Amino acid sequence: MTEPANPTLWQGFAAVVKRDLLLAYKRPGDMLNPLFFFAMVSTLFPLAIGPAGDQLKLLGPGVVWVAALLSVLLSLNSMYLSDLEDGSLDQLILSPQPLPLIALGKTVAHWLVSGFPLVLVSPLIAITYQMPTETIGVMVVTLTLGTISLSLLGSVGAALTVGLSRGNALLSLLVLPLAMPVLIFGARTVALAAADDAVSAGVYFLAAYCMLALSFAPFAAAAALKISNE
Amino acid sequence: MTELLSAKNLTVFRGERCLFHNLSFALNAGESLLIQGANGSGKTTLLRAVAGLLDLEEGEIRWRGFSTLAHRQAFHGEMAWFAHSVGFKSDLTLLENLRFESGLRSTSMGRLSAVLDKLGLTSLTQLPFRALSAGQQRRVGLARMLLANAQLWLMDEPLTNLDTAGQDLVVNLITEHLQGGGACMLASHQAVGLNSDMQRIVLQ
Repeated sequence: MTEPANPTLWQGFAAVVKRDLLLAYKRPGDMLNPLFFFAMVSTLFPLAIGPAGDQLKLLGPGVVWVAALLSVLLSLNSMYLSDLEDGSLDQLILSPQPLPLIALGKTVAHWLVSGFPLVLVSPLIAITYQMPTETIGVMVVTLTLGTISLSLLGSVGAALTVGLSRGNALLSLLVLPLAMPVLIFGARTVALAAADDAVSAGVYFLAAYCMLALSFAPFAAAAALKISNE
Repeated sequence: MTELLSAKNLTVFRGERCLFHNLSFALNAGESLLIQGANGSGKTTLLRAVAGLLDLEEGEIRWRGFSTLAHRQAFHGEMAWFAHSVGFKSDLTLLENLRFESGLRSTSMGRLSAVLDKLGLTSLTQLPFRALSAGQQRRVGLARMLLANAQLWLMDEPLTNLDTAGQDLVVNLITEHLQGGGACMLASHQAVGLNSDMQRIVLQ
């Protein structure tokens, strides 16, 4: 009998992403919850503040970014929870695939079901804040980079708090300080775009932050998962 | 006989309590080791420590002569884990769950239908995992072990939730695995109906 070869790193990564996307597809509620939250918070603001155009233009970038940040935080807690509960986490840790790769796969799937839909919906939200078209483009770019960073940073926090009861509050405390640069630069860049100022510096910073998170977060999340699963 | 697994001077603490101290054992190809002890005596902890899920306070575990810490991937590639919580997603079907495994480890999907047939799972492949009974879920766990080309089986309470036929099946599978040159380490408080030449560790 010839033994089949070990799956490649890419096959392992793809299998994890595919499984988590399939799980999200079978439970659409979990996926839509953060998206509804994002849409609700950012559409309620104009209703509460009033339809005055100048005011909305001023508030728009900040509101959209805060809503995006909170909605990503909302979805983080469940990232590793079910894996811990049904014993899948043991199997993932005991697989011959490197754990950082598995953590990265889970993070990518998390972004695809929470961050990406949010980016897709954001232009609609931006219209309610009377944002000009060029600003919407900048907002989509910054939100894309920002939500990827948030998913990566959040995966570390989620891995650290996965075994804890009421880990949600702790998770927010852990992730928020690291997420502050993303919020500040994201919202400011969109505001600058609205005022017709140069935006490239902000976009570069967000891209750099995203790359930094991409290179560290999977390893930190893997180490945290091992500790949480003991 | 080739020595597969050896453990030297294992010491593990859970909080302040020392569960075992200076525990040593060796497992050759074709041999099995039964860990016995009362509830809470550390059977599962010992298995988790051997698998690499827990850090050792002291001691070293070697697989084919290499430290399992330094050669984690080689060790995990030849090891299969079967525990209380089987580790399948309740929303996915049996087939989707088993297919996922083939991305993680070397899996003989060509033998899938034979294995499912052996375990009596053939008619259940399209059902979500949650719809299976506890015993059937355990059988899917066994299917994963059979599909993975693992030399070492680590089994925590392998007979739980299984009917008499299922328990006999487990015993037969383990015997076949040992005859094929594999090794098996199991923790159980039930007397496993295996041949008596099994090594034993009794935890206090």
